[in-house]
Amino acid sequence: MTTVSKLTFVDRFDHFLARWGVNRMGHLVKPGLYRLGNPTADSPVFASANYTLSFDALRSALIGIDAYILVLDTKGINVWCAAGEGTFGTDELVNRISCTGLASVVRHRTVIVPQLGAPGISAHQVLRRSVFRVEYGPVRARDLPEYLKTRMATPEMRRVQFPFVDRVVLAPVELVHAAVPAIVAAILLYFLAGPVASLAAVTAVLAGTVLFPALLPFLPTRDFSTKGLILGVLVALPFTVYGATQFTMVPFAHVVAGIIPLLIIPPVVAYLALNFTGCTPYTSRTGVKQEIFRYVRVMVAMAGCGILLAILSAILWFLEVA
Amino acid sequence: MFDSYRENTLLYYPERCINCRRCSQVCPHGVFAEGPETAVLTDSTRCMECGACALNCPAQAIDVQSGVGCAWAMISAALRGKDMDNCTCGGEAGSCCADTTETSSCCGEK
Repeated sequence: MTTVSKLTFVDRFDHFLARWGVNRMGHLVKPGLYRLGNPTADSPVFASANYTLSFDALRSALIGIDAYILVLDTKGINVWCAAGEGTFGTDELVNRISCTGLASVVRHRTVIVPQLGAPGISAHQVLRRSVFRVEYGPVRARDLPEYLKTRMATPEMRRVQFPFVDRVVLAPVELVHAAVPAIVAAILLYFLAGPVASLAAVTAVLAGTVLFPALLPFLPTRDFSTKGLILGVLVALPFTVYGATQFTMVPFAHVVAGIIPLLIIPPVVAYLALNFTGCTPYTSRTGVKQEIFRYVRVMVAMAGCGILLAILSAILWFLEVA
Repeated sequence: MFDSYRENTLLYYPERCINCRRCSQVCPHGVFAEGPETAVLTDSTRCMECGACALNCPAQAIDVQSGVGCAWAMISAALRGKDMDNCTCGGEAGSCCADTTETSSCCGEK
């Protein structure tokens, strides 16, 4: 099979759809060995996943470089996640080397594997089972041309980063996941409590899925839940001010109306923020588990109190009006 | 305070290290650095338990209970009565990297 470095409009449209979660598992590349340019028996071999975003990031980074790309069958999952699951793994790599006849295609015995594939690959096992040596390339495919000059990665190339663009590009799929419950909540609140309450629901979801990734490094504390709670308080403040200034017909009504957004919006944002842990290259399982045990009950308690207070307020308001 | 990531399951046995430098190559957070005789554990709190170092250590000098730090997957597993520690981020539609029923295909596609 052959491929090229230049990405087409169709490729970019496929990336757009993948980013929005459309046909989530359908962004597949056929597993196997691809020729990029005019490779010879001495050209480098790069391993990749059979997910279009992974494969395209690699081939588009190799402009003007003749190489082979060995695409593993990761079921349409990116290198990092597939390595965590083991589908981008030792067995699959050894198997793919064997069934593509790589040993008869190239003279050397080296496969350059993306560094983020290392959680699934045991280099010494691959060597023992296939006689191919695993060479871990840099974290980012775009560093490959520089890496190929010396076959050495700088410490900078070895460190994972999570810059603004990488964070924000994840927002659409997070938003899509939260869209249905958010729309249902917004419609219900519109009829039960009016347009401002409906807007508050939409704001909470947008804050948790879009603002949170964008502001991640700037929010204080290391825990995602507390970052989310802080962001939630910030976005709840306008609704608190609105409630405290609009509902003055009953004594203490303005206090209650001001407190309710502070009890409901922050836990919603915090929960969405906590769920963002799986998208980041930072969080350990032990830490996430700790976060779940520490904060989910707090979130539930806050939201529960807020909802209870809102129901009681509605009943009191109804009795007052009646 | 407000840092649940200070503790993890990473264990390093420098006396077993053969200084092959694999751990410092594969760690995306610089938890291990190259040393003159053995690898140096620089800051274990940065470890995200991906397991790359342990899997690539030919001398079993590193041990870590690797897993996916994904709250969505862990909460989903807990709600379904499954083990939070053994869940992956795939396997369910809508998860951050759901699995498919497609089976592995191999030979005959050179």
